[in-house]
Amino acid sequence: MSIKPGSETDPQGGVVLTPEQARSRRARNIAIGITVALLAVLFYALTLVKLGGAVANRQI
Amino acid sequence: MSDASYIDGAEAAGAAPRIPVAAPSDYFQLLKPRVMSLVVLTALAGILIAPAPPHPFIVFAALLSIAVGAGASGALNMWYDADIDAVMTRTARRPIPAGRMEPESALAFGSVLSMLSVFTLGFATNWLAAALLAFTIFFYVVIYTMWLKRSTPQNIVIGGAAGALPPMVGYAAATGDIGLASVILFAIIFVWTPPHFWALALMKHDEYGRAGVPMMPNVHGADRTRLEILVYSALLAPLGVAPWLLGFASTVYGAVSIVAGAYLVWLAIDVYRKREGDAARRASLKLFLFSISYLFLLFLIIVGERTLHIVGVV
Repeated sequence: MSIKPGSETDPQGGVVLTPEQARSRRARNIAIGITVALLAVLFYALTLVKLGGAVANRQI
Repeated sequence: MSDASYIDGAEAAGAAPRIPVAAPSDYFQLLKPRVMSLVVLTALAGILIAPAPPHPFIVFAALLSIAVGAGASGALNMWYDADIDAVMTRTARRPIPAGRMEPESALAFGSVLSMLSVFTLGFATNWLAAALLAFTIFFYVVIYTMWLKRSTPQNIVIGGAAGALPPMVGYAAATGDIGLASVILFAIIFVWTPPHFWALALMKHDEYGRAGVPMMPNVHGADRTRLEILVYSALLAPLGVAPWLLGFASTVYGAVSIVAGAYLVWLAIDVYRKREGDAARRASLKLFLFSISYLFLLFLIIVGERTLHIVGVV
């Protein structure tokens, strides 16, 4: 992996990712985004299924 | 999104930081998808043998949690066993030994998924099922991977309990209880594990030896392994028929389990008799491959006939 800490292309001392590293990071970020979204949908649907009709019968 | 990432001072001062190049597919490979498919099938059987299976979406969420929990165990196993995986041809192309992923990434991935799967199962079903899933992950990672695998030839016998627990987790998810039927399914997988893995170990004993894993053929020899394969197969065949005898599987299951169990024992006898050369290797390979089909077949029939029963076809 070619990593250039503090190279000319990044005067702030950061690491410049190779195209391969940048591509894999983007793919991982997209996968995490999709997973989190699906998890939210899962918990939303689970809540509806578990509460069922009882949600309308609660005391206010 | 910038292409620059920032590193801490310690890393900047020392060696160049390691930037991962692992793709999502590498993380998926950590979950051992083929093992997951068997876990899903056996857990589904555990759910469907319950007297009153829950809402289909709860079943889906429970299966997803159990599958992800099993996958998390696989990821933690690959984190801990990366040194062993690197010297075995069967596992050398896994993400960590192949150099596509840092071990720490697998550790973090497995740990997060373990917690997520246990809490999701607890929320979706009940906390007995969640506790059983947590115990399954603990048993596979700590008891089997970290302790037994490198220390005793009984590693896969005792460790097999982890692989056998999914039907009990499934049954507990559906009922909040542990029933005899789920214990029988546990026992089938538990007794199935030794002949299955020892048939593989007979073929790969040199690799296990190189990796320092004390499998039965390396410690007690191939002959003792063949005898134990035969004994466990002879125990497994009648145990496989038990779901029919106890009334939670049909006559069709009973007939198939008798025939398949008899064939399994016949293959184990073949392994016992053929001890030299290519014939011995072929006999082990046949038993190894058929043992997978055997387990899939039995659980597939249970799942199939219980599904037909639930939808009212039979």
